[in-house]
Amino acid sequence: MSKRIEVDNLNVYYGDFLAVEGVDMTIEPRSVTALIGPSGCGKSTFIRTLNRMHEVVPGARVTGQVLMDGENLYAPGIDPVDVRRQVGMVFQRPNPFPTMSIKENVLAGIRLNNRKMSKNDADDIAEESLRGANLWKEVKDRLDKPGASLSGGQQQRLCIARAIAVKPEVLLMDEPCSALDPISTLAIEDLITELKNEYTIVIVTHNMQQASRVSDRTAFFNIAGSGLPGKLIEYDSTSVMFSNPSQKSTEDYVSGRFG
Amino acid sequence: MTDTAVKDTAKSELLDIRKRTQSSAVWRKVKDRMVTILVSLAFVVAIIPLISLTITVVANGMERFDAEFFTSSMRNVVGEGGGALHAIIGTLQITLAATVISVPIGVMTAIYLVEYGRGRLAKAITFLVDVMTGIPSIVAGLFAFALFAMIFGPSVRMGFMGAVALSLLMIPVVVRSSEEMLRLVPNELREASFALGVPKWLTVLRVVLPTSLAGIVTGVMLAIARVIGETAPLLVTAGFADSMNYNLFSERMNTLPLFVYRSYVSQGTPPEPDISRAWAGALTLIIIVMLLNLIARLVARFFSTNKSSR
Repeated sequence: MSKRIEVDNLNVYYGDFLAVEGVDMTIEPRSVTALIGPSGCGKSTFIRTLNRMHEVVPGARVTGQVLMDGENLYAPGIDPVDVRRQVGMVFQRPNPFPTMSIKENVLAGIRLNNRKMSKNDADDIAEESLRGANLWKEVKDRLDKPGASLSGGQQQRLCIARAIAVKPEVLLMDEPCSALDPISTLAIEDLITELKNEYTIVIVTHNMQQASRVSDRTAFFNIAGSGLPGKLIEYDSTSVMFSNPSQKSTEDYVSGRFG
Repeated sequence: MTDTAVKDTAKSELLDIRKRTQSSAVWRKVKDRMVTILVSLAFVVAIIPLISLTITVVANGMERFDAEFFTSSMRNVVGEGGGALHAIIGTLQITLAATVISVPIGVMTAIYLVEYGRGRLAKAITFLVDVMTGIPSIVAGLFAFALFAMIFGPSVRMGFMGAVALSLLMIPVVVRSSEEMLRLVPNELREASFALGVPKWLTVLRVVLPTSLAGIVTGVMLAIARVIGETAPLLVTAGFADSMNYNLFSERMNTLPLFVYRSYVSQGTPPEPDISRAWAGALTLIIIVMLLNLIARLVARFFSTNKSSR
């Protein structure tokens, strides 16, 4: 249920603008990989190339390869829709579908694709996913209430339940806690620690403590100046990154002495 | 200058400043009051015709607002009696047909513009929709007439032709309102759907459209209210009739605006029955439009996604 991702000399362009340059990294299965770095350094752009979500922006394209268990996501004939079915994503702001109930939100990935399932299966998947997202106990008596009636932290866990309901191989999280209070953040972090037993997780975060708490490996992105492409500066196990990084700028950034 | 003299000048300056600030505060209040009065007056001026119109139409229309008015046509009626059933049925049928034509075209155009359209084609369509908004209604009527005359000959008259003319007026309104509603759907919802591996067309169909449904339905209702009172395009397409005609695709078909117009311009002797029929027709039309607006509001409330935040 989880795959290794190998990124090979990846460049991301928006039109003619080179946004991220020359990324090489291997993301291990069943682990949490954190992407840190200052705003605008290309972390979010990079994470979106892992499920081809950057293509939603007109003019965005990549060169290089992203291999998932050896299969290139950018090979001709690969449908981005299929890629996104294998690589789930959770966004910065909780975005449950406002027209759907809690349960419908969880099942959205299946229902929206017009796949048929029996009522029993639907109930099972909903319960399993909500349990997986640590939300079941809080919502089990109001599954038919609108998803937007939950609190922000609950909505974000609902979005995680929705993402894992389609059984992806990889889960991408783009600053999943930046719109949440500390308690909800803690709940999501605990959840991430549980989820890594089953999924390959990549998380973008601005919160250094969060990166050091939840991740196994950390990648530091940086940008030399505005208008220049973001680059992967250093990529190592989290303990090394936070205690003894080999690059000066990494050390400056993780210790808060940056810029 | 002695100390006291300095103190006195300082004091008088202070008083002066205080006076000036006070007077500017007074002046500000005066300005505030003046603008408030001006705005209220503008509102009253705007509302007077509306109230006057409503009172006049209700007062004059009530005389013939009876059962016979709603159960009989004008077939073989001379003088007293008669009704507008044929015109009511005609108006409802023609407007419904116009809606059936306009809504799919209008909503799909809006979807194209918001979800798919890029570059020149989208710009050209936006421009053409703007132009279409400004088409005089009689031109729309003549266009529909010319179109059908080419196929069926110059003496053709049918309700459906009127519906085509009305849909020409309705489509730009539907496109505009639907476009605005679709743009209101947050991009995050589209992204959430894409990230679940839902193809674009299904995302539009199952996420974007349901989210904006309330707004689109309201817009459609308002577009209907806008065309249901059209007279000119129906004059040249559906024509007048005194008898019932349930068939959209053959023969002349009366409508409420034309019923009112006809009753007024060709009065019999004595003229009173015709005139009171005209007023009753006008009242009926206003009530239909009012009901449509009411339904639009109810629909908007019913479908509104905000009900979730109760």
